[in-house]
Amino acid sequence: MTGNNLIDIALIILFLPLLGFTVTLFLAKKVKKIYLFETLIIIVAFVLSVILVFLKLNYFPNATTTSEVSWISLGSISIDLGIMVDNIAVLMIFVVSLISMLVHLFSIAYMHGDKRYNRYFAYLGIFTFSMNGIVFTHNILMMYIFWELVGLSSYLLIGFWYEKKSASDAGKKAFIVNRVGDLGFFSGILILFATYHTFTFDKIFHQISLGVIPFNSEFWLTVTGILIFCGAIGKSAQFPLHVWLPDAMEGPTPVSALIHAATMVAAGVYLVVRVFPILTSGALEFIAIIGALSAFIPATIAITQNDIKKVLAYSTVSQLGYMVMALGVGAYKFAFFHLVTHAFFKAALFLGSGSVIHAMHHEQDIRKMGGLRKKLPLTYATFLISTLAISGVPLTSGFLSKDGILAGTFAFGNLTGQWFFAFVGFLVALVTAFYMFRLVILTFHGEPRDKEKYDHAKESPFVMVMPLVVLATLSIFIWYTPNPFNPEQGAFLSKWVKAPTIVTPQDSRYSFLKSDEAQPEANVQGIQNVPTPSSTEAANSGEEITFSKTYTEAMEHAHIPAMMLSLFLAGIGILFAFLFYQWKKLDADKLAEKINPLYKLSLNKWYFDEIYDATFVALTLGISKVLAWIDANIIDGIVNGSATVTKMFSSFTGKFDNVVVDGMVNGAAYMSGFIGLMFRKLQTGKVQTYIVLVVFSLVILLFLFKSF
Amino acid sequence: MQNFPILSFITFLPLLGMVILLFIPKKNELIIKSLTLVVTSLQVIAAIVILHGYNYALGGINDPNSFQFIEKYRWIDITGFSWIGRIKVDYFLGIDGISVPLVLLTAIISFIATLSSWTINKSVKGYFAMFLLLDTGMMGVFVALDLFLFYIFWELMLLPMYFLIGIWGGPRREYAAIKFFLYTLFGSIFILIVMIALYFSTKEVLPDGSRVFTFNMLAMMNPQNYTATGILSPLNPNNLRLIAYIALFVGFAIKIPMFPFHTWLPDAHVEAPTAISVILAGVLLKMGTYGILRVCFPIFPDITRELVWYIALFGMINIIYGALCALAQKDFKKMIAYSSISHMGLVLLGMASLNAMGITGAVFQMFNHGTITAMLFLIVGVIYDRAHTRGLDDFGGLATQMPIYAGFTTLAFFAAIGLPGLSGFVSEAFVFLGAFGFGNIRVLTVISTLGILLGAGYMLWAMQRVFLGGLKEKWASLKDLTFREYAMLVPLAVIVIFLGVYPSAMLNLMNSSVNAMAKLMAGAQTVYGSLLH
Repeated sequence: MTGNNLIDIALIILFLPLLGFTVTLFLAKKVKKIYLFETLIIIVAFVLSVILVFLKLNYFPNATTTSEVSWISLGSISIDLGIMVDNIAVLMIFVVSLISMLVHLFSIAYMHGDKRYNRYFAYLGIFTFSMNGIVFTHNILMMYIFWELVGLSSYLLIGFWYEKKSASDAGKKAFIVNRVGDLGFFSGILILFATYHTFTFDKIFHQISLGVIPFNSEFWLTVTGILIFCGAIGKSAQFPLHVWLPDAMEGPTPVSALIHAATMVAAGVYLVVRVFPILTSGALEFIAIIGALSAFIPATIAITQNDIKKVLAYSTVSQLGYMVMALGVGAYKFAFFHLVTHAFFKAALFLGSGSVIHAMHHEQDIRKMGGLRKKLPLTYATFLISTLAISGVPLTSGFLSKDGILAGTFAFGNLTGQWFFAFVGFLVALVTAFYMFRLVILTFHGEPRDKEKYDHAKESPFVMVMPLVVLATLSIFIWYTPNPFNPEQGAFLSKWVKAPTIVTPQDSRYSFLKSDEAQPEANVQGIQNVPTPSSTEAANSGEEITFSKTYTEAMEHAHIPAMMLSLFLAGIGILFAFLFYQWKKLDADKLAEKINPLYKLSLNKWYFDEIYDATFVALTLGISKVLAWIDANIIDGIVNGSATVTKMFSSFTGKFDNVVVDGMVNGAAYMSGFIGLMFRKLQTGKVQTYIVLVVFSLVILLFLFKSF
Repeated sequence: MQNFPILSFITFLPLLGMVILLFIPKKNELIIKSLTLVVTSLQVIAAIVILHGYNYALGGINDPNSFQFIEKYRWIDITGFSWIGRIKVDYFLGIDGISVPLVLLTAIISFIATLSSWTINKSVKGYFAMFLLLDTGMMGVFVALDLFLFYIFWELMLLPMYFLIGIWGGPRREYAAIKFFLYTLFGSIFILIVMIALYFSTKEVLPDGSRVFTFNMLAMMNPQNYTATGILSPLNPNNLRLIAYIALFVGFAIKIPMFPFHTWLPDAHVEAPTAISVILAGVLLKMGTYGILRVCFPIFPDITRELVWYIALFGMINIIYGALCALAQKDFKKMIAYSSISHMGLVLLGMASLNAMGITGAVFQMFNHGTITAMLFLIVGVIYDRAHTRGLDDFGGLATQMPIYAGFTTLAFFAAIGLPGLSGFVSEAFVFLGAFGFGNIRVLTVISTLGILLGAGYMLWAMQRVFLGGLKEKWASLKDLTFREYAMLVPLAVIVIFLGVYPSAMLNLMNSSVNAMAKLMAGAQTVYGSLLH
């Protein structure tokens, strides 16, 4: 067994779904049961992923295996296609394959009877292929390639029921908003390529560690980091580009679970994880701020939404914000940890909502639900477990990962004196617990508010419930650590996920991320525009330790207080949810009236869509209309105007010719006749005159140039 | 086989076809069409033979010894004009890595356009005669190495195009045809003037040792061949090379078309029959950018370097302006026409990078734009044939009624907006990567990337308006693709996907030439700068 075996397995996992897509798409009309082929393919891919993750973590826990082939070669520049198998990649591929498989199974029942049933499965196949590509890539260009491809599958699946205007609008919006972020991403790639002449992560990292940075300026290294992060802002629906994700709920619910909750939207976080080593403190701070805003704003919106999927969508944005913020404050391992735990419990929540929607005959308004726990016991149980996880209640996976992130923000506050991120983190923990329990109570507790739909509701079939159970089970702590209060004791964080080697110059790191040999009193947050010789030297020393002891220690200190505080806040949030919606001790409507402006702000999603429509969209369309008018009337007007002038002139010369010079010079008559005829829009121009013109002018020109 | 004049064959085969066609009685329409199909098929085969025998290692560009399939004969040789001296014009054909992709493209597009012309029923004989003449003109432009010959082919293409739009076009065909004709002729005059000026500035050494004025483009690329006093001679301190360059550039730019000389294009496209639109967008526009690469760049590398920022600027304007105008269009075909303007801007931007990556992107983009836009115009043609309208807002929900058609459209649209995995992405990415690598035009490049966003905007919006949403009742009887339409779309789709996954198939072909071009550009300042001192 060698590393090459890993590569072989990875390649098969990568390409199997592409095969599934191709076959399913072409046979969609001809073979009715072709969706089973696609599902089988994904099951095989999942089994291989299990094998891959087992082999990698047991036999090669510290190795990174890569393999590449040359795709395009232009003399000195070679663009390679390559895959990289490291711990992060195999863990991620396990998550993707598992959830993809569960969603395939779930969809068999959920999508039953849809007229484009097989095509739906084909689209799931192309999505899985593209997502696998993102996971395995060893270079940033391929990352971008698969990045766009998941965008395509997302577009196709959001707009799957394209007969609805809202669905086709949502698909278009998702693609275009993502492209806004991708512009930044692509510009970042341009800078990297212009500097390093390669796209491969390792090679770029290596050169940066040698002190080679874009335009010889740490400022531009920061800018590059931020530009690449722009891709993540789009794909992970971060503020201010988060607006597409709630609309994306127009897609079938299993798609929301797979693409718009668990995997694709997490690709943004995965991207930042991949490029983390090159992020300077300036870039990281920017990332943390975006993450914090994305955690906070959608959480406030989720409180007032009444569509079960919209609540979950906003909570997804908020949780992704957590991960991004965690990366920004340096809590790298916990960001990835939360990505994994969130993938499972959020997929469970979305599929659970799918089960509810299925039972309620496509009713999504929680105001018309209630009391469903009796009708849908398994759905309820799994939904509840996942809600406990997202709220950060002990014994769940979410508790572990979220606590780690909060401890990270806490430690960051301790070390830098900036408590903003910790404040936002804890506040959002409170709000999350509240709105998630509001959702559970309104959906499953109390009395049914739509009796008729309630009466017809029944628990979903096995293929739909089984995935829920699996995902809910994975939301329990035991898979990650034996100690439900300390995730660091588990293999996941202690063995599998390792902090990366940071390669940015010492001066442009957070002080606590400097390697321990560097002077501790160095500038804390400063972005140094001019690389000093000392920084290059320090970078040259090739140190291995990246996360300084200070930070690790600070995390450990922060662990207990952060845990207590977050537990307390989650408890408060849950308590208030019960006070408002279960026991009705407090009246939500009255409160809403009292703080009406805030309520309106939340209900209307902070008016982001309205603002964007009124500014960017209106501006672009306005400019395009004005330009099109200018094009048709002014630019083309000049052309037509000059034709008119020439025509008038030629008719004048024509008359002049007739009256005054008639019969004087044959050639001249030919020519003006030609011009006149041409401009009088003769249907059939005369070939002879044309040739004469060419020959004639040739002779004249020859003569002219001769005399020069 | 070694000495078979394959370039003459591929160029004049259509002309031969036209001559034969003239002897076929008018009413034998099927024979006329079949003959054209045979001719264009043979052309495709000839193009494949050329590819097969093409040596990837040879660069071409300005080195006469590394051009391939060369045919060179004395064509015109007059010593009689005492006041001019000896007039010598060579019949000089040859190809390198810049022209090979375009020869292939011309063959493919002509073949596809023949299939698309099958529905023509108005004076069929005249149409196909003009069509074949046009084919010869286009092919000739891409294989000619003598400037005089190049110009003849350039003009030869003009006339049939004028008739094809003016007789077989839509309601405003006469206006559009005249506009196209005069606009291009206007540009041609510039080319003609510069051509003659170049002629009187360059002297070529003949085998017998005498030095004579020449139209040989390759001779013009060597500064040693210029006379000391020629008005375009780099040896002449008072030379007019800058003005000549601009004139020549404008002549070619009209064909691209480059802003602000582009307004003939939307009119020509809207009025032209589908097949002619396909040729217009697929091949004709490339003649403009090809001319710049073949004539302007290697003959005036010194001036090119001086003006490169402006070339990039106009590239950027084309990209953004074309995209914004496309966004505002309500006519399907006009939208595609403006998207062409936007995508041809990428070619300009890529060339302006002057480095191997950007020029590779530019040439590859010419080919890709040819195939992708051909698909787009065919797609418009499919719906226009059935519905007799092209208003984007007249449709809706066609994906339900014509799913396979919608599938091809999705492919073509996403190819046009540069989706990875399809050919357009690679050329677009190369253009941006190359252009960004050249510090002078870096800012323009970054602004140009906005085109990626706008492209997604107008394409997806059009997609939504035509294909998504509920099906309008009046379109409930539209039929999906016919066999003939498959035959047109499938080859193009295969090319688009194949080159998206394996671009090296095309890139290797142009690699040596692009590197030679980049080297020529890089050395231009030293070589030309030293001439005057």
